[in-house]
Amino acid sequence: MSDEMDMEEGGVVKQFMFVNRKAPYGTIYALEGLEVVLISAAFEQDVSMAFIDDGVYELKKGQDTKELGQKNFSPTYRALEGYDIEKLYVERESMEARGLTEDDLLVDVVVMDRAELAAKMAEQDVLISF
Amino acid sequence: MKIGVLVNEGPYTHEASDSAYNFTKAALEKGHEIYRVFFYHDGVNNSTRLTEPPRDDRHIVNRWSELAKQYSLDLVVCIAAAQRRGIMDENEAKRQGKDAHNIAEGFRISGLGQLVEAGIQCDRLVTFGD
Repeated sequence: MSDEMDMEEGGVVKQFMFVNRKAPYGTIYALEGLEVVLISAAFEQDVSMAFIDDGVYELKKGQDTKELGQKNFSPTYRALEGYDIEKLYVERESMEARGLTEDDLLVDVVVMDRAELAAKMAEQDVLISF
Repeated sequence: MKIGVLVNEGPYTHEASDSAYNFTKAALEKGHEIYRVFFYHDGVNNSTRLTEPPRDDRHIVNRWSELAKQYSLDLVVCIAAAQRRGIMDENEAKRQGKDAHNIAEGFRISGLGQLVEAGIQCDRLVTFGD
């Protein structure tokens, strides 16, 4: 896995992929997962995020959590660009199974089919899934 | 091999903490280095010394503490996740004006950067959770 590693300013740069599998509010995984992603930006690593299964709902436009009494953290996904986290991959099968299209998502993403995303995952040095 | 361990579920409800413990112990006995064990999400609940299971059951918290002592393991509890769930060390309890603290021996509270750093430093980061 380390043959892909680059050295930059004396530090190691690894490919980190954060895999988001859960709907945004039913559990805390999406919110706390996003906290790790934001922290990772400070370490100058090659960071990407993948959205599969119910995780695709994290990117759904028009989230309204007022009745839930929970904070709507979906605007944070739009702020990721400012942290240089721009590689957002959505699995096509998961998106389509939920009746969603790219137009339903609140950020620009790259839609990949399952096999493409699996290949992308295989390239990573570190995979953390929530 | 240098290994990092991420524990994402609390004790007893899920097997994740047992599996993480068994994995960590086996890796150490095989002569691998466990760089750090990081507790996130409900995994922070593995670190409260107020845990008291029935006598004929395993004591998950004490088991971690003993392993930490034996191998000088670095057991790190995420501060943000810990604060949400009422896990405090003495300093944090004082800072937050709490009347008690509950962190078990061998654990320390720190930030999410410790997880990302483990990902960078280790040959493998192994996640235990759902």
